[in-house]
Amino acid sequence: MNAWLAILLPAAVKIVAILAIVLTGVAYTTLAERKVSAWMQDRKGPNRVGPFGLLQPVADGMKFFFKEDITPRQAYRPVYLLAPLITLVPALVTFSVIPFGTSITVAGKSYPLWIAPGMDLGLLFLLSISSLAIYGIILGGWSSGNKYSVFGALRGASQVISYELGAGLSLLTVVIWSGSFGLADIVAAQKGHPWFFLTHFLGFVVFLVAIFAETNRLPFDLPEGESEIVGGYHTEYSGLRFAMFFMGEYANMITASALLVLLFFGGWNLPFVDWAKFGPVWGGVLSAAVFFTKIACFLFFFIWVRWTLPRFRYDQLMDIGWKRLFPLALANLLLMTTLMVFFGFGVKK
Amino acid sequence: MRLQRPKLTWWERTYFPAILQGLVITFRHIPRFNKRVTLEYPEVRWGLPRKYRGAPVLLTGLDGQEKCTSCKLCQFICPPKAINIVAGETDLAKEKFPREFTVDMGLCIFCGYCQEVCPVEAIWLKDEYELADYDRTRLIYTKEELLARGRKQPYLPGKEKPLEEVKP
Repeated sequence: MNAWLAILLPAAVKIVAILAIVLTGVAYTTLAERKVSAWMQDRKGPNRVGPFGLLQPVADGMKFFFKEDITPRQAYRPVYLLAPLITLVPALVTFSVIPFGTSITVAGKSYPLWIAPGMDLGLLFLLSISSLAIYGIILGGWSSGNKYSVFGALRGASQVISYELGAGLSLLTVVIWSGSFGLADIVAAQKGHPWFFLTHFLGFVVFLVAIFAETNRLPFDLPEGESEIVGGYHTEYSGLRFAMFFMGEYANMITASALLVLLFFGGWNLPFVDWAKFGPVWGGVLSAAVFFTKIACFLFFFIWVRWTLPRFRYDQLMDIGWKRLFPLALANLLLMTTLMVFFGFGVKK
Repeated sequence: MRLQRPKLTWWERTYFPAILQGLVITFRHIPRFNKRVTLEYPEVRWGLPRKYRGAPVLLTGLDGQEKCTSCKLCQFICPPKAINIVAGETDLAKEKFPREFTVDMGLCIFCGYCQEVCPVEAIWLKDEYELADYDRTRLIYTKEELLARGRKQPYLPGKEKPLEEVKP
């Protein structure tokens, strides 16, 4: 009994803590989106609810709760009701394999700061689970029984097949250099080594572009395309179900930022800083703080890009995906493996 | 007509130079805190132009009586038929006065024809625009209400024309 408790209790505490952090992060990313977009357009942004509008996410959440949940008569009900969950749940499940910091040692026992420690296929798991989110979009758009929603769903489907290839191939070089699919191993490989966005710049650029398409953010938010197809896949959704799509999108943004930080920006590493020197507790806490700060920077970047660029045209997106990113990722793979095999680059174990 | 597309270098065709330029522009707008265009409405208001057409009101003459002589020109010209007048007789020099004068603000389209057509400048489109209500029946303004609104100070000083006495 005690042995089970020793495993379950820390895991439960970590799950609750990480979910709380992530959901708060999602809420405040929406606020940041509104604030930053307002500033970029010389406006003030929400500032009525709480100081500087800081309680705005709470008000938004309450509004979502009290809104009527409408199901259109022509919708295919079971799938229609399930689709938002299919978007939201994988978006939250991905956080189980993301390491948030080194580890905290309490009473001689070390607790790594992630829910599934020792997961040595973390990257594969994360990629496969996070691309499940597109099923929510496809099914939601299809089951709405609305032609604009179906257009959104179709766009989502074709977008995802043109981008997954480039994204996956661009990550392969990172995996080859660090010799592991484990996210913590990849972070460890960047300790005392230039972060991978310097050494794998081409791969980084390809992945960055692809991740914008994967998270359905501008300039690749074709499934939504509010100026062309009303609201795309979530046209018919309202109330809490719309909120689920919304939260899923922002949670995916956080996952994407976390992935970028872990793979290319050294995770919780800082140059010339060793977290072990800060003591058993503070080392872990500080490393997690650094990690979240880096994630916040990328979230800002996502928002910044969204309020700068117009949407790409559909054929342009296909063109970029298949004829630019995919060959670039292949070339990058060839270059990096050549450098590693014949010139001895890479991370020495 | 055939447009000549500009020749782009391969670097320009990657979209990157344009994207970077755009990012710089949007970023430079973030810290311009004293140049925000937001007007925090209930506390701050726009100055209205002098000819602003808000809710129609009835004006009072210097003798303290309403200027309206119940000629019903406004009632006839009103496109949505929002004005309704019941005329009555009076001992004053103008001989006629409106016993009832209602404007249905649910119908009014703020066209200003009533003001234009009035021979005695009795009806006027004032600078009032916060007219929403939860009850439609309350949107039918009676004579007393219209006169009270006409006596209110305008938002802008000096907007209202000096009232002229009704000449017999």
